[in-house]
Amino acid sequence: MSATARAAAAGAKWVAAGQVAGGSVTGVDDQVMLEARGLRKTFGDFTAVDGIDFTVRRGEAFGFLGPNGAGKSSTMKMVACTSPVSGGELRLFGLDPAEHGPQIRARLGNVPQRDTLDEELTVEENIWLYGRYFGMPRREARAKAAELLDFAQLTERRKDKVEPLSGGMKRRLTIARSLVNSPEILLLDEPTTGLDPQARHVLWDRLFRLKRSGVTLVLTTHYMDEAEQLCDRLVVMDGGRIVAEGSPRALIEEHSTREVLELRFDEDDHGRHAEAVAGIGERVEVLPDRLLLYVDDGDSAATAVHNRGVRPLSVLVRRSTLEDVFLHLTGRTLVD
Amino acid sequence: MARDQAEQAAYPLDVATRGRPGARAPMSSRERWGAVFEYLLAVYKNTWRGSVFGRFMSPLLFLLAMGVGLGSLVDERAGGVDGQSYLHFVVPAIVATQAMWLAMSESTYPVYGAIRWNMAYHAMLATPLGVRDVLLGQTAAIAFHLTMSTAIFLGVAALFGGFVSWWAVLCLPIGVLTGLAFVLPLIGITARAESEETFNLVFRIVMTPLMLFSGTFFPISQLPIFLQPIAWVTPLWHGVEACRAAALGRIEPLSFGLHIAALLLFCAVGWVWARRGMERRLVV
Ligand SMILES: Nc1ncnc2c1ncn2[C@@H]1O[C@H](COP(=O)(O)OP(=O)(O)O)[C@@H](O)[C@H]1O
Ligand SMILES: [Mg+2]
Repeated sequence: MSATARAAAAGAKWVAAGQVAGGSVTGVDDQVMLEARGLRKTFGDFTAVDGIDFTVRRGEAFGFLGPNGAGKSSTMKMVACTSPVSGGELRLFGLDPAEHGPQIRARLGNVPQRDTLDEELTVEENIWLYGRYFGMPRREARAKAAELLDFAQLTERRKDKVEPLSGGMKRRLTIARSLVNSPEILLLDEPTTGLDPQARHVLWDRLFRLKRSGVTLVLTTHYMDEAEQLCDRLVVMDGGRIVAEGSPRALIEEHSTREVLELRFDEDDHGRHAEAVAGIGERVEVLPDRLLLYVDDGDSAATAVHNRGVRPLSVLVRRSTLEDVFLHLTGRTLVD
Repeated sequence: MARDQAEQAAYPLDVATRGRPGARAPMSSRERWGAVFEYLLAVYKNTWRGSVFGRFMSPLLFLLAMGVGLGSLVDERAGGVDGQSYLHFVVPAIVATQAMWLAMSESTYPVYGAIRWNMAYHAMLATPLGVRDVLLGQTAAIAFHLTMSTAIFLGVAALFGGFVSWWAVLCLPIGVLTGLAFVLPLIGITARAESEETFNLVFRIVMTPLMLFSGTFFPISQLPIFLQPIAWVTPLWHGVEACRAAALGRIEPLSFGLHIAALLLFCAVGWVWARRGMERRLVV
């Protein structure tokens, strides 16, 4: 459907929004927290978000998966009511950001792609002062800060300046700060990009806890493992559009095979071997450094490759991931 | 849960909703810009020691060099300026000039930094605060600095015998107003600046000439006739003239009123222009 047709249909869809089936994810109820119809963002002549539709229900963890430049941050900024909508409709808590920006933002938690902490202030001051932006009484902001620092495992560093903290700690502080007003929706734009694996796992663990406590999570990522770990449901974005939608498992089932056979050859042009293995699986994808065979049973496919007399340097059988879904849908890899 | 109830009792209900799920009580304008002011004060608390030297020393050095050093020469050779000792002529001008310099230092790098480096304004705009609140809070924080340093300078200058009239206390609000007449247009420039180079340019082609040719160290009647109207359209000249009238206890209602009105006009136009610049930079 074209963006304009979507926008035109938006009015009609609106009425039924509360009843749209949303899969059966535990802890999620029917209340729509966030809804976009034909949402667009343009910068001059350039269209960053090109008419996207999505609905997020209470308690859900919803993700935008896509490569750099897909339009994830532009979408998140509109949802955060910090960037005006260029076209289409957007509602949070049933309210229009154009008219009720401050009321909506009072109920959101915002973790932008780039941390906006004050590095010269202390860890706890960052949270206290942020609480004041929401009009919280000083004492309440301080009590809440102590609780959140505990949650973010930063209590020991509370009197330190932010500047020397590690990247993972700063990210946890940003998340702690964003929770000061007890947000009903927490927006996380690439929460773990640039962090080492251990720091990422600590963060994921904290996000799981939040989700269990009933906070609705909306996050973006270009890591497929992060999307698989955290999201109940996600949309795959590319070039400002949504190219697929569903739970991680459903997306893999729909757009990929159960297993993938990876073949590496001692050769610059892997495409030359595609012909020899054609027909063994459902599909063959040619990457610069390997061939991917989409198959149901990786081991028997490996045997079939061998029986055809093909001799790769290395053979690897793995399960399909969202990376494969993305590759199939767009012909490109997520992280380049 | 017990703490929840205790908290609920401690605050009026509307304020307590601010940190709870559900619709939140709207914030008043004062609460909104007050939160920005509070943040900026917390930042200042960490850095004021480093800035004290520049803030208080440079007007003091001016006072010594111009008022006492140059002053004795002028008084000896020319019998003062317009029947005043040079010290009494120049002190109110230094009040206005130091306000301009403080406006310059507070409205450029710190504001630029809050837009570009630590993104403090972005952090604010992700909360119920809007651009107006950010600008108002920022302006209030600078007005606070202006009040502090102008008051301290007035005290020091009084110790040196820099004033002849009690009307000189009016130099405090006039000094602050003169500063604000620079602050708002300068924030407008900072919001539009593409690099820090802009500040060097403003410094060299606006501030320095203004300091020299706004009737600060000599009356503008000494300037070539075609240059005099330029002084009329700069905030500094109006600030200098109004401060001088107050310090000398020679307030003529009409001209004094016009100077104040001119300063207010710079503030008002500057506010609109700064606000539009901030919207354009921060809300994209
Ligand atoms: N303020 C802006 N002005 C112009 N172009 C922008 C602006 N912000 C983002 N873009 C462009 O919009 C596209 C999408 O960017 P973004 O939403 O940041 O993508 P993502 O977060 O998925 O990497 C990119 O091509 C980016 O260059
Ligand atoms: Mg991004």
